[in-house]
Amino acid sequence: MSPLAILMSAFILSIVGLGFFIWSQRAHLTDPSTEGSEVIFAAGEIGTPEEPAAPSGATHPAADADDAELAARARADASTAPLVFFFYCCAFVWLLVASAAGLTASIKLHAPDWLTAEAWLSFGRIRTVHLNAVAYGWAPMAGLGTALFVIPRLLKTELVGGRYALLGAALWNAALIAGLGSLAYGISDGLEWLEIPWQIDLLFVAGGALIGLPLILTLRRRQVAHLYVSVWYMGCALFWFPVLFLVANFPGLHHGIEQATMNWWFGHNVLGLFYTPLALASIYYFLPKVIGRPIQSYNLSLLGFWGLAFFYGQVGGHHLIGGPVPGWMVTLSIVQSMMMILPVAAFTANQHLTLKGNLAALRDSPTLRFMCLGGLMYTASSVQGSFEALRSMNAITHFTHYTVAHAHLGLYGFVSLVFFGAMYFVIPRITGRDWPWPRMISAHFWLASIGIAIYFVSLTIGGWLQGRAMLDESRGFMESVLLTLPYLKARSVGGAMMALGHVIFAAHFVRLLIARGARRTAAGPFATAAEGI
Amino acid sequence: MHSETRLILGGLTTLAVATAALVVLPYITIADSAPAPGLKPYTPTQLRGRDQYIQHGCVYCHSQQPRARAFAPDAKRGWGRATVAGDYAYDDPPLLGTMRTGPDLMNIGARQPSDQWHLGHLFQPRAYVPGSIMPAYPFLFDMRDSAEPGETVVTLPPGTVPEGKVVVARPAALDLVAYLKSLDRSYPALAADQ
Repeated sequence: MSPLAILMSAFILSIVGLGFFIWSQRAHLTDPSTEGSEVIFAAGEIGTPEEPAAPSGATHPAADADDAELAARARADASTAPLVFFFYCCAFVWLLVASAAGLTASIKLHAPDWLTAEAWLSFGRIRTVHLNAVAYGWAPMAGLGTALFVIPRLLKTELVGGRYALLGAALWNAALIAGLGSLAYGISDGLEWLEIPWQIDLLFVAGGALIGLPLILTLRRRQVAHLYVSVWYMGCALFWFPVLFLVANFPGLHHGIEQATMNWWFGHNVLGLFYTPLALASIYYFLPKVIGRPIQSYNLSLLGFWGLAFFYGQVGGHHLIGGPVPGWMVTLSIVQSMMMILPVAAFTANQHLTLKGNLAALRDSPTLRFMCLGGLMYTASSVQGSFEALRSMNAITHFTHYTVAHAHLGLYGFVSLVFFGAMYFVIPRITGRDWPWPRMISAHFWLASIGIAIYFVSLTIGGWLQGRAMLDESRGFMESVLLTLPYLKARSVGGAMMALGHVIFAAHFVRLLIARGARRTAAGPFATAAEGI
Repeated sequence: MHSETRLILGGLTTLAVATAALVVLPYITIADSAPAPGLKPYTPTQLRGRDQYIQHGCVYCHSQQPRARAFAPDAKRGWGRATVAGDYAYDDPPLLGTMRTGPDLMNIGARQPSDQWHLGHLFQPRAYVPGSIMPAYPFLFDMRDSAEPGETVVTLPPGTVPEGKVVVARPAALDLVAYLKSLDRSYPALAADQ
């Protein structure tokens, strides 16, 4: 089979498959009814915002809402509270570990003689600790914790089998501690994103399976006929990740250069088919919930979901552009990268239409602020990624800090901001306490958003200039190194602001936990949600 | 959407298509590329050095994949011809890298064959390349008053260490340098487009 034939057939298969799936899964594609998107509200609740993170008094329980449904939701919250609390505590710890490691690595790039006495503090190791603490610590703990909170609400039932997830989370975190310890000590499998030794990966597999089990058990007990869009994303993410992780880490299976293609199939898909769906699912739930209005177009969200599922999986090959891999594979990835504009546009239009006329809520709602900025960054990083994959752009930006900036726009600007927003919403619900210092939320928001802005802009410019210098044979290689220095220093400034924001976030959480007399008083049925902790 | 079975099956189908393209097809076509003629297997010392290269994360700043002339002036920088799959036949895993914070190293052994240069450069890169941002690796060396017989003393540019001190390479440093010197794919590759 010629490369062109493979390419064309994959392309046509994707398009036909996408059409077929949307056709087969649609309820009434042309039906203007928004019934499906109203499933997140109780009867009579539409028009009532729910925002536990807003300063007291900004939200009231809906007067007209069905009391039985609200009570059922409170029971759903209560059923997940101890579990989500554990996930979030771990997320806080890994967020701080990852921030410290990342900031250290960043400073080392412009101060290479700082802290050189210890091997575990050297750039190559502390950078790897940073990546793995984010990839297997902060992001999954925050994302899965949020998913476990949202899923029972969406299925209108209590969580079934929470004990398995608790055991799974314990195993997962034990694995991560062992994994980061190995990396710091100098034991590594040598593949980016897959550094943790495969022996430890077995623990992740067991832990991940146990965390996923309650999803299946709860799905079987669901009290709703309709599965809301967030369930599609979260459900598929919980099936995609184990497949990715198992195939990628299977010892002895991969050989030679094929390991490199597998490496970027995993490295890119763990972003697009695990963190991204978890974060998008959070936006699809919390954004309409906070403003009290169903999402605008259910069919657009269908297109967004299946578009992501079809195109995203194949985009990873562009990481190997110009490398010793088959040319058709890189081309295929570039084509599918461009196709990603379709689902991204669908999501963006949907978000914009839903928010229209409700922007005032941004002032009162911390959740909404983080979510909206995060959603915008999803659009920005996806569109940037699509164009970055094109040969003309990729030739310049490949091998440079530009790629690092792009990765942080996606995983921080989008995914992490969305998870921050979700946590500000969920924590008052699961602890039964208000955030004590609303100003700390603002401080966190501005430090995070200005920090990532400085980080992204400086590293994007620096990386672009670096790439241009490397392609110009009349300029020595050292020129491409020296010209990045001011931008690397600016990155440390941005990174320090982000890290400070995280310290404030964590301190605020601790203050909430130890605050006496800060119990929620005005939330009606929710006050009982977390007595169990 | 009402059926979780259709949802999950649909999701797994899309992932299967992607896996076929990026993992299975490459597995069939390039996983067992024959070693390029002229490529020698690594010696045990070089393999230990390769492990040092992995555990210190050299791959996060150095690529091992010079690109074709049409793409980038890598060959003109002395980094060598574009590599082919057969060049990595003994690399498990291949250390292609995705960053060039430092230069490509696929042919560093041909470019810089001196043990002493490599050892000294690992001890303090800025003594050799002004403005370099490569980390120093002092923990791969011992600084003492005198060396024992049989030890490798590193000759450093004046002023790098205090007067009267000698720098002795630890076995890990010697292994790493042996691996770096083995990075030499300057033999011709049949399939290269040069």
